[in-house]
Amino acid sequence: MKSDPELYGYLPYIDRPKITWPGGARVAFWVAPNIEFYELKPPSNPTWTPPGRPAPDILPYSHKDYGNRAGVWRMMEAMDAAGVRGSVSLNVALCDHHPEIIEACVERDWELFSHGIYNTRFSYEMSEAQESEMIGDAIETVRKYSGQKLDGWLAPALTNTERTMDLLAAHDIKYTCDLFHDDQPQPVKVKSGRLISIPYSLEMNDIIVYNYDLSTPRHYETVIKAQFDQLYEEGGESGTVMCIPTHPFLVGQPHRVKPFADALQYIANHENVWVTTGREIADYYNEHCYDAFEKATAEFESR
Amino acid sequence: MPLPDDYLKYPLRRHGMDQDRYDWSILFRRKPVTWPQDARVALWIVPLLQWFPLNQTGKPFKAPGSLERPYPDYRYYSHRDYGNRVGIFRILKILDRLELKASVAMNAAVARRYPFLVEEVNRRDYEIIAHGVDMDHLHYGGLDPKKEKAQVEEAVTTLREISGQPVSGWLSPGRSESDNTLDLIAAEGIEYVCDWANDDLPYPIRTAHGEIHAMPHSLEIDDRLILLQYHHNEDAYAQQLIDQFDTLYAESENHGGRIMAITLHPWVIGHPYRVKPLERALTHIAEHKGVWSATGAEILDAFKKSGG
Repeated sequence: MKSDPELYGYLPYIDRPKITWPGGARVAFWVAPNIEFYELKPPSNPTWTPPGRPAPDILPYSHKDYGNRAGVWRMMEAMDAAGVRGSVSLNVALCDHHPEIIEACVERDWELFSHGIYNTRFSYEMSEAQESEMIGDAIETVRKYSGQKLDGWLAPALTNTERTMDLLAAHDIKYTCDLFHDDQPQPVKVKSGRLISIPYSLEMNDIIVYNYDLSTPRHYETVIKAQFDQLYEEGGESGTVMCIPTHPFLVGQPHRVKPFADALQYIANHENVWVTTGREIADYYNEHCYDAFEKATAEFESR
Repeated sequence: MPLPDDYLKYPLRRHGMDQDRYDWSILFRRKPVTWPQDARVALWIVPLLQWFPLNQTGKPFKAPGSLERPYPDYRYYSHRDYGNRVGIFRILKILDRLELKASVAMNAAVARRYPFLVEEVNRRDYEIIAHGVDMDHLHYGGLDPKKEKAQVEEAVTTLREISGQPVSGWLSPGRSESDNTLDLIAAEGIEYVCDWANDDLPYPIRTAHGEIHAMPHSLEIDDRLILLQYHHNEDAYAQQLIDQFDTLYAESENHGGRIMAITLHPWVIGHPYRVKPLERALTHIAEHKGVWSATGAEILDAFKKSGG
């Protein structure tokens, strides 16, 4: 085991190369709904057993299923109203289980990126061949159901191996959402090819806000607006990224959807906001910012 | 040790669900449901009357609300029992004033110990839902099917005998089931189950003894969850009930009838400082036109009649 992930160099938030988003926008704003399938009786992984009751643990299973039957549709309506396309953190098996949801995403020109096969199959202990197989499955499934090239990755249930980032780059995946070290995209050190991290935010994630921070729905609206206001202010100097990761089984509940919709509307009503997707951020950053950030990081580290 | 290769095999990766109990279905693509008198929202209030035995085993896990201290845990035992002695009567008073109905989910032990509560329920024409034997008799994967069958029979039979009601609804203690629970409750003539949290309307669920229905007993609009687990204050609790209702009421304009389900633990919401916020939220709901206060059995009956 390493003491440092060895995935990125240190580059302080001040005196960085300036990011200028398209149209001079201050903030690149993206929403990443986690559209997930949790199996009722998944096989166990020797490294990690999530807390729960003996199978069939129907309460969390059915709570997650609520997201697909009901919540995702309310969440989509809120995003449509604010003109926000989603970048879907997708358990790709959902394409097989619920292609109707995928069709609705494709109709809306949403991006699909991968959150593994199921949220109940973890990367821990996978051999290189197995992890490659999983990534290849995700690429092929997304292509088959949407015609899209898979460009982004959030590890299933946030389970990584030391090889994950190298394997993503080797499969020509452009960005990872698994690093929470920054409010701007950053180069990720990989053996070959290129990979960047895009800010995905644990802090704005509805699971964290609701189930760990124990916030009320209306407080979620407050923290989203406050996060945005600060990043918007800082974006006057250099472009920032704001992400709201969501879970339809949480934010799509009737008592939670309006505060979420109102927060999106608040952001969308601002000028100089680039309402975009993970893929578009990655493409723009790679073309306009990557080299300068890589150079600046190397220079700072060699001081 | 590397993972076995079948960790990357997915035999149930197919259209629909990964089990056969119910069909995959999108709430917003179903035929709209109509309620009696063209009501927009069926209001389904479900107080839970629970008894947590002092000699709790806590196995294989503790149901939410279970005793926490070493035996004899008078602290938690008596605090939970407060709901059956005091808290429930504050709730009943609010429901009486607003002329609202309820489906009371009751442990069989409560009916046996406090038959007066059954009389209070019957006197109001409220429904009784079977809520298992008590809060320490759980249904769970690995429970001996014979034992579970006896638990189901004891719960349903006791409640039917003491109340004289048909008792057609079931809520497992802690909302936990084994693979056999649905089959066992259907064998006892149960027609709807309240354990599943995946929908806002009833839907058919398969059992070895024919089809029953899952009813959308609320997981999130739950006083224990919001007040004790999320630590929100009473006003925030009331606000969430109001926001839940307002969304469902608005949806009913284009999508057909909705159900506003409210789960109440008298040992939580029945405390003096918490009942007024509950009353405020219920008043907001009851003041709307097109709100039909009904029992679970009545809602399910209307759902079936409307072609659901």
